[in-house]
Amino acid sequence: MNRIAKAFAQGKAFIPFLTCGDPDLETTEAAVRAMAQAGADLIELGIPFSDPTAEGPVIQAANARALSAGTTTDKIFDLVRRLRKDVTVPMAFMTYANVVFSYGTERFVSTAADIGMDGLILPDVPFEEKEEFAPTCRKYGLDLISLIAPTSEERIAMIAREAEGFLYCVSSLGVTGVRGEITTDVGRMVRLAKAANPGLPCAVGFGISTPEQGAAMAKVSDGIIVGSAIVKLMEQYGREAVPSIHEYVETMKKAL
Amino acid sequence: MSKGRFGIHGGQYIPETLMNAVMELEEAYNYYKNDPDFQRELTELLNEYAGRPSRLYYAQRMTEDLGGAKIYLKREDLNHTGAHKINNVLGQALLARKMGKTRLIAETGAGQHGVATATAAALFGMECVVFMGEEDTRRQALNVYKMRLLGATVVPVTSGTATLKDACSAAFREWTTRIADTHYCLGSVMGPHPFPTMVRDFQAVISREIKAQMLEKEGRLPDAVLACVGGGSNAIGAFYHFIGDPSVRLIGCEAAGRGVDTPDTAATIATGKLGIFHGMKSYFCQDQYGQIAPVYSISAGLDYPGIGPEHAMLHDTGRAEYVAVTDEEAVSAFEYLSRTEGIIPAIESAHAVAYARKLAPAMGKDQIIAVNISGRGDKDCVSIARYRGEELSE
Repeated sequence: MNRIAKAFAQGKAFIPFLTCGDPDLETTEAAVRAMAQAGADLIELGIPFSDPTAEGPVIQAANARALSAGTTTDKIFDLVRRLRKDVTVPMAFMTYANVVFSYGTERFVSTAADIGMDGLILPDVPFEEKEEFAPTCRKYGLDLISLIAPTSEERIAMIAREAEGFLYCVSSLGVTGVRGEITTDVGRMVRLAKAANPGLPCAVGFGISTPEQGAAMAKVSDGIIVGSAIVKLMEQYGREAVPSIHEYVETMKKAL
Repeated sequence: MSKGRFGIHGGQYIPETLMNAVMELEEAYNYYKNDPDFQRELTELLNEYAGRPSRLYYAQRMTEDLGGAKIYLKREDLNHTGAHKINNVLGQALLARKMGKTRLIAETGAGQHGVATATAAALFGMECVVFMGEEDTRRQALNVYKMRLLGATVVPVTSGTATLKDACSAAFREWTTRIADTHYCLGSVMGPHPFPTMVRDFQAVISREIKAQMLEKEGRLPDAVLACVGGGSNAIGAFYHFIGDPSVRLIGCEAAGRGVDTPDTAATIATGKLGIFHGMKSYFCQDQYGQIAPVYSISAGLDYPGIGPEHAMLHDTGRAEYVAVTDEEAVSAFEYLSRTEGIIPAIESAHAVAYARKLAPAMGKDQIIAVNISGRGDKDCVSIARYRGEELSE
């Protein structure tokens, strides 16, 4: 069993996201350790991109802060090397196609796998374009995570059948960010995915911020992903954000 | 399977949320492009509403002054709304209406595409929202006013560099949020398939006309066709029907800004490298980590860090040449064409005029150049005056 599968083996998974280097890499390192301690089952590390087209204002601003602090892909690889000395929780990179492609897909993927990353999420790479990255990811044992959206409908089965690691179920139309309520029938999306690929863990992301939303989404899936709510804490408290992030992750994990 | 490739370029690098929308668009386009009723309706709109065909004008004074090749100007600036943008917008708006969409969204740089989209929306009774970099809303205040006058909502975009690429990102984000009733009327030959192909087909009317008009006037094809290139829609339109004619040089004029050896440039072929952004694989101005560069040009319409995938392929195969033209050369050409021919070109189009001034004297008097004047320059007068140190006020 690879590490990502283990993340879903002990009940509902809680998957927090943060943008590396926001406000600096030292804070990211401390926050990742705190999230692991607080019960995170898998951690998404965002590599900042200048033009993150799938992100709402909160994560867009985090990307801008991280880049203006001088964050680079190489510095994030160093961060992971430091974390992997003692942090064993599964981790996946979340970034955009150009960050991987311009680094050299083979060089990026082999380095990521070598330093102990478990997965890669590229929101601007749909099923039709995944062959750009999938063969290299398979070669080095990095799970390329597939996404389904409320508009996917008859595409769900096709995507789920070839999905690796887990399936990222986008809860709502639009970009990332906190939402008052999620109106999509997420349970149906998950059922369609499981019908095509019964063993595939399905995690729901986009718009989840409160323990109540988390619990409701976890009921119909295998786990939940929270990004903007955590990045907001970072925005609010900066270098002092780590205790609040610890507390938030603990609360959310307990609610599932 | 990846679709919409031009050599290694193109594709559909977009969030899953949009995949069904672009597939629905592709299906509708493939159907209507062969539908005689659709084509008849579009031709009628282009002719009766937009004023096509546009003239191919022999620029005698410019030709005599430069003392080389004979110069013809393709007058896309005479189209309704003052630029080539209307060709594409009428096609897409008509398609959107056939698809049952009631709302158009668009990005705009100089504002010409925004004005054209707002115009089509007014004509078809559709709702219209235009995203425009905040920096550009200042550079092109007149076009902002026109869009509002036409009933559109203009949303100033403050993220990133607050220019065309950010307006484009904002429009993509908006489309992800609202797909059912909304068509994203993309303004150039870029983005995910089917946009680069569809927009090129709608703009190809330019080279279809140049070819027929040139054969009628000169009895032969031109030796070179020049057009400015940002995303590249007027250029691909001017090139398309000549791609199969190897005797015709196709020359795209990129915006060098303050120079290709400075960071203040938007010349993608000269300074960019292969990448994946805004739905396509192509060349982009970017740093070593793939962060998209904050490009610069005096021309808001060419101030884009990428180039359409078909141009990237034409560059790879050597079928088209791409040259870089600085702000100073473009401004000087803007003034030159105004004085020499009484035609005030858009600052974008002035980039092509600038290269024609270099090329024509090096060619024989028996040779012919066609320069695409993609738009009119009224919108640029305030900023060019400012560039020359003069502040205009109404």
